[in-house]
Amino acid sequence: MAERVLMKGNEAIAEAAIRAGCRHYFGYPITPQTEIAAYMAKKMPKIGGVFLQAESEIASINMVYGAAATGMRVMTSSSSPGISLKAEGLSYIAGSDVPALVVNVQRGGPGLGGIQPSQSDYFQATKGGGHGDYRMIVLAPASVQEMASLTIKGFNLADKYLMTSMILADGTIGQMMEPISFEDAEIEVYEKPWALTGTNCERKHNVVNSLYLKPDELEIKNLERYKRYELVEQNEAMWEEYMMEDAEYCVVAFGIASRVAKNAVAAARKEGIKVGLIRPITLWPFPVKPLAAAADKVKAFISVELNMGQMIEDVRLATQCKKPVSLCSRCGGMIPSPDEVLEAIRKAQKGAF
Amino acid sequence: MKTTQILIAGFGGQGVLFAGKFLAYKGMTEDLQVSWLPSYGPEMRGGTANCSVILSDMPVGSPIITQPDVLIAMNLPSLLKYMDTVAPGGQIFVDSSLIDTKVTRTDVQVFYIPATQLAKDAGFATLANMVLVGKVIKESSAVSFENNRQTFEKFIPAKKANLIDINCQALITGYDY
Repeated sequence: MAERVLMKGNEAIAEAAIRAGCRHYFGYPITPQTEIAAYMAKKMPKIGGVFLQAESEIASINMVYGAAATGMRVMTSSSSPGISLKAEGLSYIAGSDVPALVVNVQRGGPGLGGIQPSQSDYFQATKGGGHGDYRMIVLAPASVQEMASLTIKGFNLADKYLMTSMILADGTIGQMMEPISFEDAEIEVYEKPWALTGTNCERKHNVVNSLYLKPDELEIKNLERYKRYELVEQNEAMWEEYMMEDAEYCVVAFGIASRVAKNAVAAARKEGIKVGLIRPITLWPFPVKPLAAAADKVKAFISVELNMGQMIEDVRLATQCKKPVSLCSRCGGMIPSPDEVLEAIRKAQKGAF
Repeated sequence: MKTTQILIAGFGGQGVLFAGKFLAYKGMTEDLQVSWLPSYGPEMRGGTANCSVILSDMPVGSPIITQPDVLIAMNLPSLLKYMDTVAPGGQIFVDSSLIDTKVTRTDVQVFYIPATQLAKDAGFATLANMVLVGKVIKESSAVSFENNRQTFEKFIPAKKANLIDINCQALITGYDY
């Protein structure tokens, strides 16, 4: 095993991106993700890469769009209000079918909100954000190690399916340090015949564009894109199950909320409550399969989130409302304590929702 | 299973995060699972700052500490805010140079160390944080007192390596107090 190093979650993303072959970073600073930009500013010039602090979030996402069109691995990072500003670019990137990696280290909202951790951009990440019919692969790390491994995975998936991968983290995972090891990163290489690399007068011009004025052409583009999305849904859902073998109650939580929930599950087990945890690692595609299976087995679900209840809708859809789903959440930058989650588990056991 | 949850709290600038970093690196060199979580809000710029360090022989669940086993209080607001959250049987380390309030709880161990004064007298006035950490290592069983220098070398950049000596001395000052 490679040597363990102690790193902040944000730094782990930056280092992993470089190891994944990313040599183009465009961003604009915002708490609590600025360490990503700082790390890139330090490292990129030394390895022949580009670090560029743009004049705004909107400029930086369009620089990502441009670099992505050339087939280079490229990324940007921001936090909630900054991602809202990038939404137009995200839609254009989706409409042009080019790969990119976007990091959102979430903070409390809406509006300028606060700077403490949050998961209130779940809807924005999984249901759109920008306009039009499109999806992003949304990866939700729950540790510093996963900040690294999912960044590498995100670049691979983006290239494979020609779409944006979003790392949906939060202020806690971004700011905390944990030991991680960089195993040899599995970098997948995909041919990019569509990339704007110069024709050398030897081939036809490639065009990267999201404008289709003829409705029938635009419809075909959308249908083709959704065929790819279907493959993503079939092949790429990731999740972790914890103590689910004999579980009668199932907690569903991702990211930092899942870490708190794990403590609560362990405490509830000590009280004799048979409870387990399903942790979605991809939020889109949402891990429908394990949740549908659990719906035939458990008595109730508890969705633990740092928002007013967003993922809970996908839990209800995945389980087809076969069993009650309760919400245990804090918002605005607050994080539920393990005791609060434990109390929600006890309530579910008593059938009180 | 052994887990120690350490909360370090004080003013920004007292080296709260640095003290936590040392403990986290120390734990890592002893093959423990560790997490280090700073407060990163505006309080970092001069208000109250705190840092949560968890050292465990099992994977760390939540990195957020709601019931510390060890509290290091470097100012009065921090002591007042956190002393009631310490786990029964836990330990509280108070910089008694800066805090003249006594802890009234009887179900925890309390250590009063004039860390700021000790550090000043020894010629490293800014290292009260490491004096306290030295005492914590002595009184808790979180980590050993060996290989301190190697631990510092892991995270103090080479151009500041001249500071490693006094940090080691500060640890010893606290350990021997």
